[in-house]
Amino acid sequence: MSILFLIFQQTMFFSIPLLIVALGGLFTERGGVTNIALDGMMIMGAFSGIFFINQMQGQMSGQLLLIMAILISTATGMVFSLLHAFASINMKSDQIISGTALNMFAPAFAIFVARMIQPNGVQQIQFTNTFRIESVPVLGDLPIIGGLFFQNAYITTYLGFVILIISVIVLYKTKFGLRLRACGEHPHAADSVGINVYKIRYAGVLISGALAGLGGLVFVVPTSTNFNATVSGYGFLALAVMIFGQWKPLRVLFAAFFFGLMKTIASTYSVIPFLATAAIPSDVYKMIPFIATLIVLAFSSKSSQAPRAVAIPYDKGSR
Amino acid sequence: MKTFRKILLGEEFNRATASIIAILIGLLVGFLVLLISNSAEALAGFKIILSGGFSTGAKGMGQVLYFATPLILTGLSVGFAFKTGLFNIGTPGQFIIGAFAAVYIGVTCTFLPAPLHWIAALLAATIAGGLWALIPGILKAYLNVHEVISSIMMNYIGMYLANYLTKSTIYDIRKAQSLNVADSAVLPKGGLDYIFYNDLGGVKDLSTVNSGIWIAIVVAILIYFIINKTTFGYELKACGFNQNASNYAGINAKRSIVLSMVIAGMLAGLGGGLLYLSGASGRHLKVVDMLAVEGFNGIPVALLGLSNPIGIIFSAFIIAYITQGGNYLQTLNFAPEVIDIIIACIIYFSAFALYFRKLLPFLIKKGRGDRQ
Repeated sequence: MSILFLIFQQTMFFSIPLLIVALGGLFTERGGVTNIALDGMMIMGAFSGIFFINQMQGQMSGQLLLIMAILISTATGMVFSLLHAFASINMKSDQIISGTALNMFAPAFAIFVARMIQPNGVQQIQFTNTFRIESVPVLGDLPIIGGLFFQNAYITTYLGFVILIISVIVLYKTKFGLRLRACGEHPHAADSVGINVYKIRYAGVLISGALAGLGGLVFVVPTSTNFNATVSGYGFLALAVMIFGQWKPLRVLFAAFFFGLMKTIASTYSVIPFLATAAIPSDVYKMIPFIATLIVLAFSSKSSQAPRAVAIPYDKGSR
Repeated sequence: MKTFRKILLGEEFNRATASIIAILIGLLVGFLVLLISNSAEALAGFKIILSGGFSTGAKGMGQVLYFATPLILTGLSVGFAFKTGLFNIGTPGQFIIGAFAAVYIGVTCTFLPAPLHWIAALLAATIAGGLWALIPGILKAYLNVHEVISSIMMNYIGMYLANYLTKSTIYDIRKAQSLNVADSAVLPKGGLDYIFYNDLGGVKDLSTVNSGIWIAIVVAILIYFIINKTTFGYELKACGFNQNASNYAGINAKRSIVLSMVIAGMLAGLGGGLLYLSGASGRHLKVVDMLAVEGFNGIPVALLGLSNPIGIIFSAFIIAYITQGGNYLQTLNFAPEVIDIIIACIIYFSAFALYFRKLLPFLIKKGRGDRQ
């Protein structure tokens, strides 16, 4: 039973960042701008947040430090995404090329800054994990549910669910959500009724940057004790999660858990009894999430429900 | 004067200028980064970047050519895909799988005589790269999976697979890298050993560059010919412009997509072979969880070269040149990652090409109008 709990808790650690970042991708794509720079934005967010923790952990610790790091990561991701918004909305650039540039920039920047600032030119940024909640009071003692959700947890887990609920409400119950979706489907129609397509698209990209920056921190904190300028291709997995989730928040949740489980199997196979004895090399396990993604995409892309105007720069003059 | 103006307003000049602007802005950002991180040595550092391969004499220039070789091929791979309307971001995977295939043949098939051995190894690299791109090609053509996403997945799968295969077949545990390929599998020097060496008191300190660079240039010309002068190339390009129209014109669009991807993959795979079949002093496969940089750098090379095979040769030289300069930056305690920052900025600003292209003729015309 304890192994089951362990696997479930691990799955949460891997799924929640995927969920948050995929929701970010969902917002920008529903607004009509594709963002393959999610990975780079995660790296920037994780870098600034972890660096903040590294610098401040002498003075403070625990949840307050984590919350401040969360705010910093979110802000960094948002500022970084401005570059993508400017290129793809104002300059009408190819959004894939702009995204590729940002994906290349982020790890180089993180390594460069870390090596220039830290003594001895070390590129890994160490941090002490003081954020784990052993057991939530009262709720942690509940049978089964307590073990699944309220033990060995992080506040970021609950934050992920909160973001999911807010996303559903914003997308489907508010004026902004309706306008965002309109700009992704038919920007000219939206423009004709007085919606400022550029503004709405900016908002979409900025939301994706904020969530990706946050997701980067959420990914690194529970799964590591140092940051090495990489999030293991998680931003790209999040894109796949978004496509598998057909650009709908609740299906994205389901998709994120599927991939989180795959990733968990890849990283914890040594404690799962029947897999530990199977003598399959670790590299094969590392491939699993990516192979699973390919297979899932192959079966779910035929009837794709991608926003119609995604990746097409909006030009008022064109028809 | 009129012809001069015609050139200034011409399409090719215009596009090339956009690339040059992107490079200049990229370098400027690089300089700013150096300036912010260590203002005292920024100028010296920037000089090192600009003097690039020349810092270490003829051998250094040879090294630039050696590292330009794979970049030409990965650049061709990305550029060829661009021409046919596909974005091949899968070059790192195709590159590393090709490299593994070449080194594997180079280490194991020692029964082959000299020219046959390295030719076989290069063929293996080409085929392996092509097969690696076949999967995204099929997924794109028949199952509507976007090639960017599927190739990214193939990159990671390829990296882990190459790591696993290297470790389990051709690994030198003491040096933590792949075994040296047999002498018969090392690419011949092709006359370049007479030019690119440093004289260390009568001893030739040879550069690693070999006939791989000749092969790369020949392949570039071949690709130029295929794209611009053959029906086959025309069909592939047509599918890139408009799939429905090409279907209507009797071109099998699905088949064209798959073929474009496979050819792009073959080019990247060949690039892997050319880099790694270079003897004891050359590159060896290392088991690290990092996507091949040479693969990703094919993207800026293709963008700067305007996806034109001949332009790609030159832009590969430029990227290899500043990368080589970046390696010498460590003497001033600068992290060489500043080069990646510069390259990222170059890509970012070359994405603005459309804007620059509209702006340039406007400025030129305006300048003339004022004077008249």
